[in-house]
Amino acid sequence: MRSKTVKQAFLASIPVMAGYLVLGIAFGILLEDKGYHFGWAILMSVLIYAGSMQFVTVNLLSGGASLISAAIMTFLVNARHIFYGISMLSKYKGMGKSKGYLIFSLTDETFALVCNGAPKDCDPKKYYVCVSFFNQCYWVIGSVVGALIGSAITFNTAGIDFAMTALFVTIFTEQLLTAKDCFPAVAGVACSVVCLLVFGAESFLIPSMVAITVVLLVYGALRKEGGAGI
Amino acid sequence: MENTQAFWMILVIAGVTFLTRLLPFLIFPASKQPPKMVAYLSNVLPAAVMGMLVVYCLKGVSPLTYPHGLPELIAIVLVVGSYIWKRNTLLSVLIGTIAYMLLIQWIFVI
Repeated sequence: MRSKTVKQAFLASIPVMAGYLVLGIAFGILLEDKGYHFGWAILMSVLIYAGSMQFVTVNLLSGGASLISAAIMTFLVNARHIFYGISMLSKYKGMGKSKGYLIFSLTDETFALVCNGAPKDCDPKKYYVCVSFFNQCYWVIGSVVGALIGSAITFNTAGIDFAMTALFVTIFTEQLLTAKDCFPAVAGVACSVVCLLVFGAESFLIPSMVAITVVLLVYGALRKEGGAGI
Repeated sequence: MENTQAFWMILVIAGVTFLTRLLPFLIFPASKQPPKMVAYLSNVLPAAVMGMLVVYCLKGVSPLTYPHGLPELIAIVLVVGSYIWKRNTLLSVLIGTIAYMLLIQWIFVI
């Protein structure tokens, strides 16, 4: 069962591999470009391990930001991770010693895969740990490759990062197909689109999260009156 | 920026990033039953957040200018269609990504 779980985790992580290698390479190139060699890429990808935040970090480093402003920036960029934690409270219960790493490595993509659940014939704990670890490996490898030989890549990779979008779309579709109630999924898209239009691409995430929470809570309260919900 | 300063900044950013992931588990420890409202949210949030992530990935698409989001739209239709048909994540991601790359590199060249 052990090797089967590892294999299933590997298969599930392949879409993330495509995305992380490419984004990691892009990150490594950018970092190298600002004068930080591959050792810094390893350090950041091992310790921070947050895609979009690491791109922001490159700017903070080269712009000479203060530690306080870096901390605030990090909190704002990564605030969505709080949502992932809330969603994983029950799933990550009873994970023992692995729980710390599972929480540390909860990126957007890992969250998406874990959300999808473990295959029936797998040990969930081992499966989640493997998926989380494989994903981080791809990210570290990508960023090192980018920092070392990124500029030598001539293959036209434009658009390959769509793998990430496609992964989220399939998981979203799966949830729509299997959910008893499609409202949360539809509300998530609707709130985000409205906030994107109102607040713009750079700052719509936090308003979206607030809107989603409020809408779902109101929905839960209304359903409760009908006998379900909160 | 000096190396020591850069190192400290990376540590701070790593710490705050971990904190955003850890916070819910600190506030609602496994030993205690979380409030009903949180338990409810933890049930309905995954689907909503996945919807938000899809929108987040597409935030740069501008429907009003060429190519009007068509590459994204076509690729997503292929992803959803193939997924409903085969229910295979890897296959759908592969089809969608290859289609998208061909579309932006060959057909909707800017």
